[in-house]
Amino acid sequence: MTHNLILRVIAKFLIPLIIVFALYVQFHGDFGPGGGFQAGVILSAAIILYTLVFGLDAAEQIIPPTILRLFASMGVLLYIGVGVITIFLGGNYLDYSVLGSTQIAGQHLGILLVELGVGISVFSVMLIIFFSFAGRGKT
Amino acid sequence: MIDLVINISLLTFLAITAVAIVRMTNLFAIIMLFGMFSLLTAALFVVMDAVDVAFTEAAVGAGISTVLMITTLALTKDQDEKHPGCHRPWLPLAVVIVTGAALVYGTLDIPAFGDPDAPAQTHVAPYYLEKSIPETGVPNVVTSVLASYRGFDTLGEIVVVFTAGIAVLLLIGGRHSTSKNKKNKREENDA
Amino acid sequence: MMDFVLGHYNYWIAIFLMMVGFYTVISRGNLVKKIIGLNIFQVSVFLLYISISTVQGGAAPIITEGVALYSNPLPHVLILTAIVVGVATTALGLALVVRIKEAYGTIEEDEIHEQDHSL
Repeated sequence: MTHNLILRVIAKFLIPLIIVFALYVQFHGDFGPGGGFQAGVILSAAIILYTLVFGLDAAEQIIPPTILRLFASMGVLLYIGVGVITIFLGGNYLDYSVLGSTQIAGQHLGILLVELGVGISVFSVMLIIFFSFAGRGKT
Repeated sequence: MIDLVINISLLTFLAITAVAIVRMTNLFAIIMLFGMFSLLTAALFVVMDAVDVAFTEAAVGAGISTVLMITTLALTKDQDEKHPGCHRPWLPLAVVIVTGAALVYGTLDIPAFGDPDAPAQTHVAPYYLEKSIPETGVPNVVTSVLASYRGFDTLGEIVVVFTAGIAVLLLIGGRHSTSKNKKNKREENDA
Repeated sequence: MMDFVLGHYNYWIAIFLMMVGFYTVISRGNLVKKIIGLNIFQVSVFLLYISISTVQGGAAPIITEGVALYSNPLPHVLILTAIVVGVATTALGLALVVRIKEAYGTIEEDEIHEQDHSL
């Protein structure tokens, strides 16, 4: 499969579009359908397509497994961290209203950060799972 | 009316696909049919106004889980079910029919599909729909409920996803197969 | 009568799919097929929740001017997260299948029992 010219050209054309779409879904989730869960899955689908066409070694050079593990934990920590910050600012856990000057601004910032944490975490966990499966066959 | 027709035909397709999945024995064909099954479900979710869910189902069900199942198939190298028939097909069938009948009896009391006065529609949902804009400024109510009103719930879910990722890493992560596996493989070749 | 059937068709199909998944899990010995059965079972639950959330003539729950009736957003949130958790747990099950294949050389349930002299 790695020498299939048509697949390589089409994949090179498609992957940037998929990544841009994933970012759109991530940051436009407040106003249209979308959010962290979907964006993470779509972004990981782009990397999975890359892996299927160009091979596991090339994909692991772009995103090393150690970085992925770091990202997965960072996503969850970002979520928990937003909650801890709201406690220190005087609110309840995950009460975003205290993050900004007004309630709306605070909620907006909180939702954005939390969705970002979800997106990063889902993206890295999906890729960790896929890389584990794909790397198993090789000795 | 047109919604209802699309809804019913998609549901019927879904049931047919499920039966085909059970009756087939070639695992590759089953996995491909399962991808189709997920795509049909996603279409059904769009018809039922659940756009966010349809989005996720299309990306996850038809994309990621199909890829994962095919990778598993490549690793296990078993293309077909070896014993498709069951020794006693009547026992599981009887269990399933009795359970199904009990569940259908339970649905007789449920409010009809799409009823605006159903208890599910009058409890907490109107609060979210009214207060989402004044309290959070987010027009997509699904996002505001997911991240703000039910933030704890989502935190739990993301931790579950994270834990599942760690578990997969512990089970099959690491690219070098152990010496025990190699020994097993050699024994297989000898046998 | 016709209204009753049309009003409950979604629930019945959800139950039918649930039973198809259940039957696959308890009657088939192949582990990959069992996991697919579990997935069908899972999808049937999603279908049941989304059917309950639908309101006749309602719009998708994104607040727009001039729209008064929306479907219920709460089941959408529950199922949205459940789908992603579902694929993560499915991956865990498939990882177990891969390890079982490596340890026993088969993914058929009765052959595994035979090797263990259990059952």
